[in-house]
Amino acid sequence: MSNTPNRNRQLRSKLGRVRGLGSSHEGVHHWWAQRMSAMALLPLSLWFIFSLISLTGSDYVAFQSWVSEFGNSVFLVLFLVSMFHHAQLGLQVVIEDYVHSELWKMGLLLIVKYGSVLFAASGIFAVLKISLAG
Amino acid sequence: MVEFSLPKNSKVMRGVEHKAAAGAKRIKRFHIYRFDPDTGENPRLDCFEVDLDACGPMVLDALIKIKSEMDSTLTFRRSCREGVCGSCAFNIDGTNTLACTKPIKSIRGAVKVYPLPHMPVIKDLVPDLSVPYAQYASIEPWLKSDTPAPTSERLQSIEERRELDGMWECILCFCCQTSCPSYWWNGDRYLGPAVLLQAYRWIADTRDEASGERLDNVDDPFRLYRCHTIMNCTNTCPKHLNPGKAIAEIKHLLLKRK
Ligand code: SF4
Ligand code: SF4
Ligand code: FES
Repeated sequence: MSNTPNRNRQLRSKLGRVRGLGSSHEGVHHWWAQRMSAMALLPLSLWFIFSLISLTGSDYVAFQSWVSEFGNSVFLVLFLVSMFHHAQLGLQVVIEDYVHSELWKMGLLLIVKYGSVLFAASGIFAVLKISLAG
Repeated sequence: MVEFSLPKNSKVMRGVEHKAAAGAKRIKRFHIYRFDPDTGENPRLDCFEVDLDACGPMVLDALIKIKSEMDSTLTFRRSCREGVCGSCAFNIDGTNTLACTKPIKSIRGAVKVYPLPHMPVIKDLVPDLSVPYAQYASIEPWLKSDTPAPTSERLQSIEERRELDGMWECILCFCCQTSCPSYWWNGDRYLGPAVLLQAYRWIADTRDEASGERLDNVDDPFRLYRCHTIMNCTNTCPKHLNPGKAIAEIKHLLLKRK
């Protein structure tokens, strides 16, 4: 992902360095995905928080029947997908901002990407398991 | 990793005290960053006492007075002394601005003058701006048109011309560029607010025929999208321009053509 090939280029002109390997033509997609997932998260997280509050004190059976309602399980899955997608996009930006060693950057980006997919998949599986068990 | 603390040889030391002439009544203290690469010494903060009764009103007047009367080795750039050339940009009293349009009166207590932040220092208040200049060159700041040149001016309606307001006034002082945290951390790849404002100046020019090519050139996670709308740039611009808005316009156009 380095902008200059891995060779010593100290005498290269400043303009040559700035032009580097050119534009990667893919910034707008990430930026828009971040905005879209944020917009989806706004109502979904409000709904999630209110549901949690209204469920406080209820037992497992009540919770399980709440999860297995069609609308609730769909919203739960949507919430998980958009939350972990949004978190992954945000963390990617933080890593790109602050981590400059190529090796560390690559490693951390992989961990964040795979980690968010892992967590989202586990969450979705749990929702399906709870709602289909009833 | 990003460096949050200064390396050993960059720690700023206490410098020399220069007293005002005896009999001076209105004394203002100026703390000025000094660095001379030839001595191999650390940078230091010199203190100059300036007699305001014998000095012009702006910070630049004081710097010129110090250079001509107290320490001729003090090094800084200046030219027009009226806010149009963009040479006298420093970090004054904690914000980047032009010394020639910053009244001494507006600063409470001692006046602190540092070079523009996060740039290599050539000497004292003179930063090395060759990277921002190369970044400016990289956006090809000239009119591109394949339509054969007309025999008279290339015309614009009043509305079309108005699109350039808030951009042609930029004097490339790089106050905004060097105030941007994203530029501090990734200045080798992020183009920065001043250069992106200029990129948009050409994208928005209705006489230019290369808008698409110009958008292609900035559609990059590092060149453009390091901007996180922190707005330091707009807050600091001594010409009251809005690079943050220009960047938002570029992002909007990139979305529009998707
Ligand atoms: S936008 Fe303002 S601060 Fe930035 S370079 Fe232009 S005049 Fe200077
Ligand atoms: S708005 Fe963008 S360019 Fe301006 S200071 Fe913030 S990050 Fe930098
Ligand atoms: S000297 Fe020209 S802008 Fe200050």
